[in-house]
Amino acid sequence: MTGPFAPGDRVRVIRTHPPGHRRTPYYIRGKTGVIERVCGSFPNPEELAYGFDGLPRKNLYRVRFQQREVWPDYGGPAGDTVDVDIYEHWLRPA
Amino acid sequence: MMADERGMQDHTHYHAHGEDHVHDHDRTFQPDIEDSAPGRYELMTYAIRELMEEMGHLTAEELRRAQEKLDSWEPSQGARIVARAWTDPDFRKRLLEDGNAAMAEFGIEPGGAKMTVVENTDTVRNVIVCTLCSCYPRAVLGLPPDWYRSKSYRSRVVIEPRAVLKEFGTEIPADMTVRVHDSLADLRYLVLPRRPAGTEGWSEERLAALVTRDCMVGVADPEVPDTA
Repeated sequence: MTGPFAPGDRVRVIRTHPPGHRRTPYYIRGKTGVIERVCGSFPNPEELAYGFDGLPRKNLYRVRFQQREVWPDYGGPAGDTVDVDIYEHWLRPA
Repeated sequence: MMADERGMQDHTHYHAHGEDHVHDHDRTFQPDIEDSAPGRYELMTYAIRELMEEMGHLTAEELRRAQEKLDSWEPSQGARIVARAWTDPDFRKRLLEDGNAAMAEFGIEPGGAKMTVVENTDTVRNVIVCTLCSCYPRAVLGLPPDWYRSKSYRSRVVIEPRAVLKEFGTEIPADMTVRVHDSLADLRYLVLPRRPAGTEGWSEERLAALVTRDCMVGVADPEVPDTA
C-alpha cells in the first residue's frame, strides 16, 4: 500500500491550524515539496496521542523541500533541502 | 590550633602554586540537581509512577530495569553499524534500503520506528533534528545529548544549518548540498558518515572507534587520530 502519492510527485502541505497534538510543524505548512520516498503506513500518531487506536493507518511520506522555498531569505546555496516526514492527510497534489 | 595549622598550610600551598587568594574565600558551587522546583510534567511523572506501583501494574524493580536498559543503549551500537557499512558493500546497500532489517542483523530492535539511514557523500551532507520534540534514534545512539534537545539547536539547524554546523567545527563548502532531516513522526534517522581517508585495510573494530555520536547525528566527521 503506497497511498495517493509516488516518488517525484509535487505536493503542497495544507495550511491549517487545528488544535491538538499535530506532527506537522508550523514552518512547513503551506509549503510545496516533492515526494522523496514512500515510508509505508502507520497508526495515526495524532489519534494515538489521545488514546484512540490510530486506525485506519495513514500513509507516511518523506517530502523534500528546497530551503529557499521554506525560508525566502535562506542564506545558503540553492539546492540545500529540508526533508520532512508527513502523513497523507496533510498533503495535497501541487 | 588544628585550624590554624591547616590555614597556614593552605596559605603556603596557594603561594607555592601562585594561585589567587580569592578562591580560598569565595568558592563557587555547582547547584544540586534538586535545587530547582520540579516542573509540571516531572510531578505528573512521579504521580503516575506512584499510582502504577500502588495499583500493581509495575514494580520499582521493573522500572529500574527498564531505565537500565535505556541507559545501556549507546552510540557504540551505531558505530558498529557504520563500520560494517564501510567494509561490506552489500550490508551498506541493505542498510540504506531497509534500516530496520539491516540493524536486526546486529540484534537491534528499534520498536515501531522506521530506521532511515542517510549517507554523506562528496556532494551531500546530512544532519538530523526533531524540531517538534527530541525524536532520536535511541536504539542505536542511546539518549540524546542536551544540545540536541535544546530549543536553540532545534529551531536554528533547520533555518541556518551551515551556521550551526560551523559552530560544531564543521564547515561545509558552498558546492555541497546540505540536507536537514526533520524526524517528526515515525522515522528515525541515522547519518552514515564518509569513511575517512587513510583507513584502508582497517578492521571493523578499529573503524568503529572513529565513529562518534556527533558523526551519526551529522554535525561532525570521523577523524583519524594524528599518530605521526
